[in-house]
Amino acid sequence: MESFITFAIAALTAPLFPGIILKVKAFLAGKKGPPLFIKYFTVLKLLRKGSVYSTSTSFIFKLGPVVSFATALICLLFFPFADRAPIFSFHGDIIVIFYIMGIGRFFTVIAALDTGSPFEGMGAAREVFFSTLAEVTIFTTLILFYRLTGSLSFSEYFIGDNQICLLNASGALLLFVIVALFMVLLTENSRVPVDDPATHLELTMIHEVMILDHSGPDLALIELASFYKLFFYSAFITQIIYPFTHTSSAINGLIFYGILFGIYVSIGITESIMARCKMNLIPQFILTSFALVFFAAILTMGVLQ
Amino acid sequence: MYNLLKIENGIAISREAIPQVSYEQFFTTLSEFVNNDGFIVQFFAYKDGINHKLIAVVRNTDLYLISTQVGTSFQSLTGNSSEKFHMFEREIAEQFGLKPDGHPWLKMVRYHENYSGVKDVFGNDYNKPIPGNYPYFSVEGDAIHEVAVGPVHAGIIEPGHFRFQCAGEEVLHLEIQLGYQHRGIEMMLPKLPHKRFTSICEAIAGDTTIGHTLCMCQAVEALAGLSVAPGPRIVRTIALELERICNHIGDLGALSGDVAFNPPAAYFGRLRGEFLNLLQVLSGNRFGKGLVRPGGITYVMGKEQCTLIRDKLAETTPELEHVCALLFDAHTVQARFEHTGTVDHQMATDLGLVGFAGRACNIPYDARVTFPTEYYEGLPANRNLITNGDVNSRAMVRREEIMHSLELINLLLDMHESQRYTATPLHTQDHNLSPDSFVVTINEGWRGEVSHCILTDGDGHVQRYKIKDPSFHNWTGLAMSLRNQEISDFPLCNKSFNLSYCGFDL
Repeated sequence: MESFITFAIAALTAPLFPGIILKVKAFLAGKKGPPLFIKYFTVLKLLRKGSVYSTSTSFIFKLGPVVSFATALICLLFFPFADRAPIFSFHGDIIVIFYIMGIGRFFTVIAALDTGSPFEGMGAAREVFFSTLAEVTIFTTLILFYRLTGSLSFSEYFIGDNQICLLNASGALLLFVIVALFMVLLTENSRVPVDDPATHLELTMIHEVMILDHSGPDLALIELASFYKLFFYSAFITQIIYPFTHTSSAINGLIFYGILFGIYVSIGITESIMARCKMNLIPQFILTSFALVFFAAILTMGVLQ
Repeated sequence: MYNLLKIENGIAISREAIPQVSYEQFFTTLSEFVNNDGFIVQFFAYKDGINHKLIAVVRNTDLYLISTQVGTSFQSLTGNSSEKFHMFEREIAEQFGLKPDGHPWLKMVRYHENYSGVKDVFGNDYNKPIPGNYPYFSVEGDAIHEVAVGPVHAGIIEPGHFRFQCAGEEVLHLEIQLGYQHRGIEMMLPKLPHKRFTSICEAIAGDTTIGHTLCMCQAVEALAGLSVAPGPRIVRTIALELERICNHIGDLGALSGDVAFNPPAAYFGRLRGEFLNLLQVLSGNRFGKGLVRPGGITYVMGKEQCTLIRDKLAETTPELEHVCALLFDAHTVQARFEHTGTVDHQMATDLGLVGFAGRACNIPYDARVTFPTEYYEGLPANRNLITNGDVNSRAMVRREEIMHSLELINLLLDMHESQRYTATPLHTQDHNLSPDSFVVTINEGWRGEVSHCILTDGDGHVQRYKIKDPSFHNWTGLAMSLRNQEISDFPLCNKSFNLSYCGFDL
């Protein structure tokens, strides 16, 4: 039962957090910013609207938003929020999770290509290229985690016997992982310095340009999917930082959401203190995250021998 | 050179004094002039009885004039002499159906039928939709893809069509096609009473209201023999500088926003508002509309306005220094600005770039210094330190110009107060223009050299009104700056030039 409640809380609060990023950015720019619940309003507004479809698109175009929403939601089902057992868990689920995300991305990309627009093709090419690079970091992280815990299950990492915790002997290695995953989070969720979620300039966009043709409920699903995806990555980092397990699940939940809040605030701060990278430097940015986890993985080999 | 007549900025001359030469002489004289550090200010055709004549106003450190008569076609100067003639010849072909033979890329400029009612040079039927229906420079190959942007854009900007030839992310060539906002201003003005000139000229390019209105007023003043008192001249100069500051601040903010660096974008946005409000203090309008009129100004600058402006400048100067430091000292911003969208000095000279875009490529020409009007004579000139031709240089030149303009306004306010200039408010009237005369006026608008020409007929009516916005020169510069750049840097390059669509389309 608790698993379902933690999942429901996560699914319902996910749209709140991007509002926090906007507030932080507005604060640092000396503005008042939109209301905290802006993303809920946006989603509700979009759900009430109708959709417009270009005559040059096929059923694939309509499939894109549905699949990307479904896959993002499925990933959350595997997540042990605040040290509660997830709804689904099995050996090797971690690999399934990241490939389910891959399916979501695949459908977003082919929906974009389906429009036949040169912008969307460009965005799709960039998205695929950069996420391919990010995947290297993610799987190196998983190798590292396998070496630390001997497990390939998401829940085992955080609630098993051999937990991943900053306070363990291998905690120092996790600092690398936290930084690297934060960089992957920025990449995968189209944040500055990789992408600019606020820009109106199609030629510079990566993710946004792929969804230019979606409207109404379709766009609402895409928005929700992006909130869940961002929530997934932030919660992943939160769980790594998460210092200890308290017996009371309420306190556990509070600490969890407190750290999560901190991560969203740091996304907002990152976006305010730096400009976007030049497009040809983004691979370097992503591969830096790979270098960090790879270094950590090498260290585990030394520790274990 | 001996064929050219030396003229002064804003001084009318009689039409008889315009040197008329054969086309061969016209061709060789202009070729020689332009290839020896000469630049074109105006080059246009007009109908004189049944014949067509061409007039060229060119400059080095002085202004020169030359004219010729042509038949239905003439030998292209673009193809045989200099790239600087490129857009001018296309414009002549479009406006009067005169074909420049051997022009390398003869395309329409603004999609309209020619004024002489002769056969269209481009073979267009204007009853059919034309935009998009013509060749673009294309690149062939398996890896090449073409990206078409506009004329309808995301966001609130003016219409223009951009055609990129790309190999992956790299732009091999960019072609810019404008004309979607053509309103026929040049042909409209001669038919209107002089009273309406100001409201039309204020709308040539909304962000260069003062620049264009000043050019028109100086031309009318020269033809009607009006003189402007020093007091109003100071106010006009201040207005032109305020316009420069507003636009430069707005663009620095937009550049900052384009690289997703938000704090300075918001800060610059607020400061732009402060300076727009100062224009309102002067004229009652945030864009300076309704201030400049032939013979003077409509609102006198009193002690109260002087104090308001002076106090606001004192308050905003440290803020501007601070926000500029915030933007230019951020290393992530420098990484974006430097070596992006570079137009080298040679290219800029070949194209004849003007204004801050030219100065960023180390072409120091500033009409305020070379052809001073209003109260610019004797004011200190600006110097630009970073002139590499990239986005960083264009941004830096703007920063330096903002600071320089603040200094100028303070100097002008001091002069205005110490001399105790008084003026009487003035409203638009019809003037008798001297017949058979020609005048050219040049001002350094915030984008660069703005120029108007008026040619009157025997009855003192305006026969030909020619307008040139600096964008007419600089759009090609933007296209060249994109060569071998990443397509994702286009918005940044575009904003660093921030050229006018309506000023070009007229």
